[in-house]
Amino acid sequence: MSSAPSPAIEMRGIEKSFGANPVLENVDFSVSVGEVHALAGENGAGKSTLMKILQGVYQKDKGEIFVSGSAVEITDTFAARKAGIGMVFQEFSLIPTLTVAQNIFLTNEPTRVGLIDDAKAKKLARGIFQEMEVDIDPERIVEYLSTALWQLTEIAKALAQNAKVLILDEPTASLAKHEAEALFALIQRLKAKGIAVIYISHRMDEIYRIADRITVLRDGSRVLTANLKDVTPAQIVEAIVGRQAAAHLVHQDRSAKISQQVALEVENLSAGPKLQNVSLQVRKGEIVGLAGLMGSGRTELVNTLFGILKPSSGKIKINGKELSIASPEEAIKNKIALIPEDRRAQGLVLDHPVSENLTLPLLDRLKKFGLLSNKKILQRSKEIIKQFAIKAAYPTIRVGSLSGGNQQKVVIGKWLGTNPEILMMDEPTAGVDIGTKSEILDLVRKIADDGKSIILISSELPELLSVSDRILVLKDGRVAKSLNRSEIPNEEFLQLAIQGAA
Amino acid sequence: MTTRANISSAMSLLKRFEWRQNIIYIGFIAVFILFAVLLGDSGFTNPNNLLNIFRQTATISIMAVAMTYVIAAAEIDLSIGSVAGLSSVITAMTLNSYGLIPGILAGLLVGVIAGAISGGLVALLKVPSFLVTLGMLGLVVGVARWITESAPVPIADMNYIAIFGGGEFGPIPSLLIWVVFAVSLGALVMNKTKFGRHVRATGGNLVAAGYTGVKTAQVKFTVLLLSGVVAAFAGMLYAGRLQSGRFQWGTGDELSVIAAVILGGTSLFGGRGQVVGSLFGALFIGLINNGLILAGLDVSQQQVVRGAIIILAVALSRKK
Repeated sequence: MSSAPSPAIEMRGIEKSFGANPVLENVDFSVSVGEVHALAGENGAGKSTLMKILQGVYQKDKGEIFVSGSAVEITDTFAARKAGIGMVFQEFSLIPTLTVAQNIFLTNEPTRVGLIDDAKAKKLARGIFQEMEVDIDPERIVEYLSTALWQLTEIAKALAQNAKVLILDEPTASLAKHEAEALFALIQRLKAKGIAVIYISHRMDEIYRIADRITVLRDGSRVLTANLKDVTPAQIVEAIVGRQAAAHLVHQDRSAKISQQVALEVENLSAGPKLQNVSLQVRKGEIVGLAGLMGSGRTELVNTLFGILKPSSGKIKINGKELSIASPEEAIKNKIALIPEDRRAQGLVLDHPVSENLTLPLLDRLKKFGLLSNKKILQRSKEIIKQFAIKAAYPTIRVGSLSGGNQQKVVIGKWLGTNPEILMMDEPTAGVDIGTKSEILDLVRKIADDGKSIILISSELPELLSVSDRILVLKDGRVAKSLNRSEIPNEEFLQLAIQGAA
Repeated sequence: MTTRANISSAMSLLKRFEWRQNIIYIGFIAVFILFAVLLGDSGFTNPNNLLNIFRQTATISIMAVAMTYVIAAAEIDLSIGSVAGLSSVITAMTLNSYGLIPGILAGLLVGVIAGAISGGLVALLKVPSFLVTLGMLGLVVGVARWITESAPVPIADMNYIAIFGGGEFGPIPSLLIWVVFAVSLGALVMNKTKFGRHVRATGGNLVAAGYTGVKTAQVKFTVLLLSGVVAAFAGMLYAGRLQSGRFQWGTGDELSVIAAVILGGTSLFGGRGQVVGSLFGALFIGLINNGLILAGLDVSQQQVVRGAIIILAVALSRKK
């Protein structure tokens, strides 16, 4: 940090407690003009609290904040915006029923004789998009936009407010590869214009790609700040998780534990345009990874096997017996389980207690005299909570109040409670912190060790490489390659296979 | 070339056509034509009858303007009918004792008090507006019955009657003028001012609006206050048209008003607000009432048919 240019934002000695719980202790953080500064740490390490203090959502207990060298008090979101701090939220922050232009200028509307001048707003919005070099129609209603355009609109909104600092919170979490590329290019352009970017991410490859410096928080304290060219990924991971090395990412040879018996066999399965002539076999105790780009047909494949999508042709055999699976109900009856991609929308009733979520697929077994037995439900829930080390204060706590990682464990626990023979998981570690990630991956191995068959979709290649016994690469709805783990020397090789270099 | 461009631009216009928000206009025209054909002989198309529909729905139309704001902000106000009743009573009583201006002010004050209490509880204590205004409904009716001992209060002031509901300016009934004024002002504020925009932002995504700097609590308070005042004003129109104040005036109007707003294309989930649509929603309900009477149905049959039509229409307007 010898030739550090002038800091756009500097936070010094920030402290914050919620009740008796200290969440930030003496944290220093700064980001320079034209710098991309990555902020990493497990969920609950204090990243979001620190950023919320910067945006005026929370008030710090102690410490100072400087914007362009002068001390400011950020008392509310208004003050933050006036100081030039723009946030692109992880949980998106646009009004779905308004147009793009109306959202960009919300609370900042251009007016003529006291009335809102929508024509001018439209023109200004066009100007901003031109400068960003993106093409979005300012008159579109936001709820009809794709996630990527939604996010770009948020960035435009921040820029329209003359943001000098942009906070991007897991911006690529729901973007396709080419959309993420476009975002990175945009970040480079913003950087060149002198905008400071705070980039919150769990993804190491992205951090190395676009960030200049990184700061890691653990348990509310700053444990690392470094130029990225001076640190290795291993050092960063160690800073994030503490001393325990990233053992979960080391591949363990499980070939001895895989049975010869084929549990699931798929022949020439097709469904719609996105799945064509897919054949595969999964043996008992085997973990098969599905790799591929967004839209390559991975999700469609597991959805078809689970009866959500209807196959147009092909055969599905379980333990050698041909079956037709027309609905999730039939899939469950045949001991197939799917842990879906979007756990909030598809996997959990967030407002309900953990115990009810866990036992929802098992209610038939938890009756007494034909009525549901609360005692049995609680007992079963406690067993699952213990088995999967779910951090819930008590079984009847709302699922929505748990951390993302623990929510995901509830989803997994819910489906494993049904004792499936074939378990399919679609991006089970998305948005989950590293500690929980390693627990989930260990869990996957353990389930397979018990003789279950697993199909795992993941966009994070190190993860896929660490648990899979075999990896199928899907492309345009077809199986482009089927590779034994031992045939894959490293991540680059798999990456090339996915990009379809062949 | 140009025709092709025209066709494709027409197609994209068609694609953008918001079925849910505009079905009310189609429905209105369809029902109007249907009644004109079926009931033409019974005097449906008679200008006097049409003007009557307008007059009878005037109070619903005006309250629907304010309710559009309440629903656009993702709140609800169930107390408007009873606030109208109490306001008619208070206006009549004050008018008879202290004269025209005090009467008008007292009536409006009823709306200010009821709206401010509901708005305050919703905005500050975050009590759901459904519960607050349901309680307010009962409370206000109780007060109105209590102070009048459930009897009507006659109004003799001809100036009051002329301005509020009974009179005419030339050939135009004063009620019509009030409706046009309320709808125009309501539509302008909704579409062209920061307040209207912020109401829709609050209802569209409360958290996002708050983070963007919209004062969401203030917005909620204001829409409920507005709804109370407008309901009180509607009560004064009842008092003018019916030449008396009575606690029953407005009873049950909240349901017609909410139906009118939803029919007009405003989402019950908030974020959208179609003031002109709400007017047509109200007129649509009036049209049906009128047609059913002309068709010779008795009151109980009217209720059944009206209920069925409203359910059908709301179901259609919800279709994406």
